[in-house]
Amino acid sequence: MTRGVESPILVVSDVEAVYADVILALRGVSLEVREGEVVALLGGNGAGKTTLLRAVSGLLRVHGGQIRRGSVTFVGQDALKLGPVKTVQAGMAQVMEGRRIFAELTVDENLRSGAFTRHDKQAVAADYERVLALFPRLAERRRSAAGYLSGGEQQMVAIGRALMAAPKLLLLDEPSLGLAPRVVEQIRDIIVTINGTGTSVLLVEQNATMALSISQRGYVLENGSMVKTGSGAELLADSDIQEFYLGAGETGRASFRGLKDRYRAARSASAS
Amino acid sequence: MVLAGVGVVLLAILVFLAFDGPQKFFTLFAAGIALGAVYALVCLGFVVIYRATGIVNFAQVGMVVFGAFVTYNAVYTWGWNFWLSMLFSAAVLAVIGIGFERFALRRMTGKPIFSIILLTIGLYLLLQSLIGAIWTNAKDTIPNPWIGKTVSLGSVNILQVDVVTMVLGAAVLASFFALFRYTKVGLGMRATAIDQEAALAQGISVPGIVALSWAIAGAVAVIAGTMLGSGATPKVGLGLGISAVALQALPAMVIGGLDSPIGAVIGGLVIGVAYEMAVGYQTQYIPSLGTSGFADVLPYLLMVLVLLIRPSGLFGTRDVQRV
Repeated sequence: MTRGVESPILVVSDVEAVYADVILALRGVSLEVREGEVVALLGGNGAGKTTLLRAVSGLLRVHGGQIRRGSVTFVGQDALKLGPVKTVQAGMAQVMEGRRIFAELTVDENLRSGAFTRHDKQAVAADYERVLALFPRLAERRRSAAGYLSGGEQQMVAIGRALMAAPKLLLLDEPSLGLAPRVVEQIRDIIVTINGTGTSVLLVEQNATMALSISQRGYVLENGSMVKTGSGAELLADSDIQEFYLGAGETGRASFRGLKDRYRAARSASAS
Repeated sequence: MVLAGVGVVLLAILVFLAFDGPQKFFTLFAAGIALGAVYALVCLGFVVIYRATGIVNFAQVGMVVFGAFVTYNAVYTWGWNFWLSMLFSAAVLAVIGIGFERFALRRMTGKPIFSIILLTIGLYLLLQSLIGAIWTNAKDTIPNPWIGKTVSLGSVNILQVDVVTMVLGAAVLASFFALFRYTKVGLGMRATAIDQEAALAQGISVPGIVALSWAIAGAVAVIAGTMLGSGATPKVGLGLGISAVALQALPAMVIGGLDSPIGAVIGGLVIGVAYEMAVGYQTQYIPSLGTSGFADVLPYLLMVLVLLIRPSGLFGTRDVQRV
């Protein structure tokens, strides 16, 4: 797909992030999401994917983290100065890892909480109907406490809640986590539908097959650094990706450590 | 099940007492409900802060007493109308509450919960000493329209000031319910109580919600303090005795469940009625315990009982989980 002409909606440039002043979680990471794109962000546990999302959405400080260098620009504004509330108002919504729905509130209340920053009641009501149309299952369970829903339904609540903010950019942190393969397919189709209405998506995933199958471009983050980037198709075809994320390498059971070593070697080679 | 059993036993005791001597019983019962209304108001202040921040805020006790004195100052020294004075006092205490949060507690974010609670005790003592310094020669009641007046229901006499307290308590509870259930801010408060970070991610201003909670706690404290200072049951009048009553509201909060406004009210009423019954019947039915004092222990006994059966209190949030 050639969408390169679209203007960028999110530009992350050379961001370095630390936790508790000492733990370096991002070592100069750059990434770009253009209007209308689905961009996949891949990487193993502890690679820094969630940290990058927090840096973008302004939630890093909640975790005692801090950006030491670099910039994040969202729709032309300096996202590092916006803070979480204005970031949402500017059009960025986040589905956090582990769903983080309000378990004791009803599905209806969860969805409405997503529109907290909006004041146009008619537009919110229209979006509410749209979300229920997208997730018919939630319409049936509107009055039940969200915590009683199945894992897949809870993920739908989390995504629906984010959509209620009418986002230009949707950040999704591992939406497939802990879900059955069939539900993962549903979630994937929903992401495609959402993207079809013009919302850009930054998709963090460990399920690389799912993520790359619907992404125009992808990035691979390891140990706080970007080690690979390319179109979705390129990454899907990439032998390293196949070997270490899709489990279909030549040897069939190469270790994850091996991948890291190889990237490390590549980095030091390019640095010197 | 066990809880229902305990409830039935307590109710049976009440029914027995009611038939034994209706006039004495209903006089005590009315006083108990009035006292319960005061406890409920104090508890609502505790609960609203607990929900927003997860701390038991002892400064609430100080705000109740301080609120009483600010109202007194407006009514007696400045000669204002009673209701206007109470409104003014509510505004002052709301500002003090926000100030406490902004300049003392916000700095403690992320510190051990124990340190934070100690800080709130410090704020309570600060308010208490301020009262001693500012109002050296205060009268023993806030001048009010109901002094010495009673209403009669059959043969039972109830202090008018107690009736006002009950009405105010009911009105505050209704407003709380409406705020939490039907307003957007209320939704934000509930979401914040469940998961602060997730609330932030929805664009809910968590610092704003916390500040609002402190303002509400301050305003509610004023109502409780003013009514106690006006001679409502247990008739401590204007003085530091008010803080003793406010502290007794703690078992009510624990019984109700720390984070439930309705629990605060039910817990308050239970403790209020139990207290007055113990005061009224101790010499008659349990003379072995002496002539007085059992009433002060009973709320804590009930608290232990409830906690044994249901650790999260009667209405406290238990985790919503699929099984």
